[in-house]
Amino acid sequence: MSTTETRELARPAAAKASPAKPRRALRGSPTVNFWLFTGPFLIGLTVFVYAPILWSLYLSFFEARFTVTPDKFVGLENYTYMLTNDDFVGSLVTFTAFAAFIVPTTWALSLGLALLVNRLRFMRAFFRSVFFLPTACSYVAASLIWKMSIFSGVRFGLMNTVLDWFGIDNIAWLVDPNPPWYWVVIVSARLWLQSGFYMILFIAALQNIPGELYEAAAIDGAKPGWQTFRYITLPQLRATSTAVVLLLLVAAYQAFDEFYNLLSKTTWGRPPLVELYYKALGESQDYGAGSAGAVVLTVLICAVTLLQGRFMGFGRGEESK
Amino acid sequence: MSAMSSNWDRRSILRAAAGLSAAGALTACGGNNGRSGGAGSGTNLTQFFHAYGEAGTEQAIKKYAKAYDKANVTTQWITSADFESKLFATLLTDSAPDLFEFHPQIQMIKSGQVADLTDIIEPVKSEFNPADIKSHTVDGKIYGVRMIDDPQFFFYRKSMLEKAKVEVPTSLDELMEAAAKLTTGKVKGLYLGDDLHSVIDTMIWSAGADHLDEKNQIAYHTPGVIEGIKKMRKLFTSGDLLLGAPTASWDPSSLNQGLCAIQFCGMWAMPAIQAALGDDWGVFPFPKTIDSGKPSVYNGGWSMFVNAKSENVEAAKAYVKWLWIDQKEYQEDWATSYGFHIPPRTSLAQTATKLKSGNAAEGVKLFNEFGHFDNIGWTQAMRTSLEDVFANAVRKDMDPEKALDKADEAVDRELKKLFG
Repeated sequence: MSTTETRELARPAAAKASPAKPRRALRGSPTVNFWLFTGPFLIGLTVFVYAPILWSLYLSFFEARFTVTPDKFVGLENYTYMLTNDDFVGSLVTFTAFAAFIVPTTWALSLGLALLVNRLRFMRAFFRSVFFLPTACSYVAASLIWKMSIFSGVRFGLMNTVLDWFGIDNIAWLVDPNPPWYWVVIVSARLWLQSGFYMILFIAALQNIPGELYEAAAIDGAKPGWQTFRYITLPQLRATSTAVVLLLLVAAYQAFDEFYNLLSKTTWGRPPLVELYYKALGESQDYGAGSAGAVVLTVLICAVTLLQGRFMGFGRGEESK
Repeated sequence: MSAMSSNWDRRSILRAAAGLSAAGALTACGGNNGRSGGAGSGTNLTQFFHAYGEAGTEQAIKKYAKAYDKANVTTQWITSADFESKLFATLLTDSAPDLFEFHPQIQMIKSGQVADLTDIIEPVKSEFNPADIKSHTVDGKIYGVRMIDDPQFFFYRKSMLEKAKVEVPTSLDELMEAAAKLTTGKVKGLYLGDDLHSVIDTMIWSAGADHLDEKNQIAYHTPGVIEGIKKMRKLFTSGDLLLGAPTASWDPSSLNQGLCAIQFCGMWAMPAIQAALGDDWGVFPFPKTIDSGKPSVYNGGWSMFVNAKSENVEAAKAYVKWLWIDQKEYQEDWATSYGFHIPPRTSLAQTATKLKSGNAAEGVKLFNEFGHFDNIGWTQAMRTSLEDVFANAVRKDMDPEKALDKADEAVDRELKKLFG
């Protein structure tokens, strides 16, 4: 709707400025505007996203070793190989469990931060920025800081220094999988990197809740605190919550950077993408099997997303408000 | 939202900017092939090197390239952890390097990725270490020119061993005992890297086994290797290993800074260790894994290969011949001026004075006496399978037998594809 409004406002102005140039009018046409704005993105999307996806699909039916232009058709053999491969199936299971943990945790932490920051009377902008800043940090850089300085296995690593004050021995956080301390490192890095962004989404949603609702609730006798939060705030955040959960879920399945950098050359704690990378796409160059795995993963992400959308009513946000 | 009411000028500027940046991004993708173009006599060549740790190495490689006047050679210097994946991925594309350093692996030959270099090596074949020729030969054709041989073994702090009254270990059991005795509050006994991958090969050889036999069948799955894996597991859980150190095991910093008393590293590290520790260090081979085994040393190294699909195969071959066969001065500079490496050419190895005394001479002795060279049939995917064995059965507590069975499956799949 806003475009129509803009056009009506803008067109007379343009005509006044240069009535003799038909090019202006052409540029003002909504079709041209549409393609001008979406064109570059569509081209990028097609070239860098859709074409590779289709090519992957094609590769997954071929024996493609050390080449991406294969000629030996093998039917579903690559799919059989990947789906009977314990490591790949195992990584799908592990990461469903990981997603089941990290999604609610990040959701709760971001919401908590948003509520706290939203309550602030002073320095609100400061804290908002402080919590949002990690979003601007690259996953790789954060992984290196976590690995080399905070959770370094040697005695002068930050965490080991702290443990040393209490007389606890050094822990090789990322090296020794037993007990699995590496989850502490991964989860803390991920929370630090992600919560800020979702916090901003929640703050925006919180500020959108009309004050009258709270006033009405107070008049009706709702106690401030938990009761108000449970029956007013939370239902009002439904649309945002759904979107956040959806984004988090996709992000959990797409996890790669911090796992790849923190856990080098392990056989555990591998998200499906890292598993695919080690198994097929990286040094082994078995692009057929790798593509089959990627297709399986894509289908899985789509299925989970659709199911979740159905379950939580994504896209029906307007009505449920 | 303010844009709604603003005039057309601002919008068209924005639009032009968006269009420009999109166009810029698209062209940047096409142009990013690492070639600088311009100067030189027409032919442009790109070479890939992994980032050597020693100061001056990158400058040296670029200096040699600059001295060549028949082509314009550009070097890409790639972080060593990413080298294999970047190389393999790039070789499939148009921006593939014309020549690159790597290790001899048969899958690159079977898939037609590396060019036959027999004609440039044949005339000087007798000058090379025969093992270096053999490890690059398939069906009588030679596919790579060895630049440097890099024996890998243990480095130890003499003073620390003396203080703890520990003799230089001659068996894996003794090594484990030594690691325990050398571990104090601030120093760990032994450093093998976080993943222990650098000792997989030597552990197998010292157990009297090998990766593949002469018929290219699995030869690593033996009772001796299983015993070795169990010992490695014990070592890993003993608390005597340095784990999570800031530098990888190819970097001697952990030994130099006193974080560990013994470290598995390579000959290249000798100048840096000498500078940091003076004469307070010595070397020894990977000791026998089991009683019937023998000590071993991994004779790794790097070779130059030519990309068979390059548009400039002949020019790339000419450059390889010029630098790594004709320019003996540069070859010696490369082998001994930065890290220490053994020149694969016998004549150079004999005249390299820096390798004639002290620990360097000892390193050369270990190389000749206990060294095992790469088996060209042992590919990267097979390497990964054994790395998984170490991850599963040494760092995790999977049954070694089961872990090896799993590796057998993956290695057999590879063997079947390569040798039928």
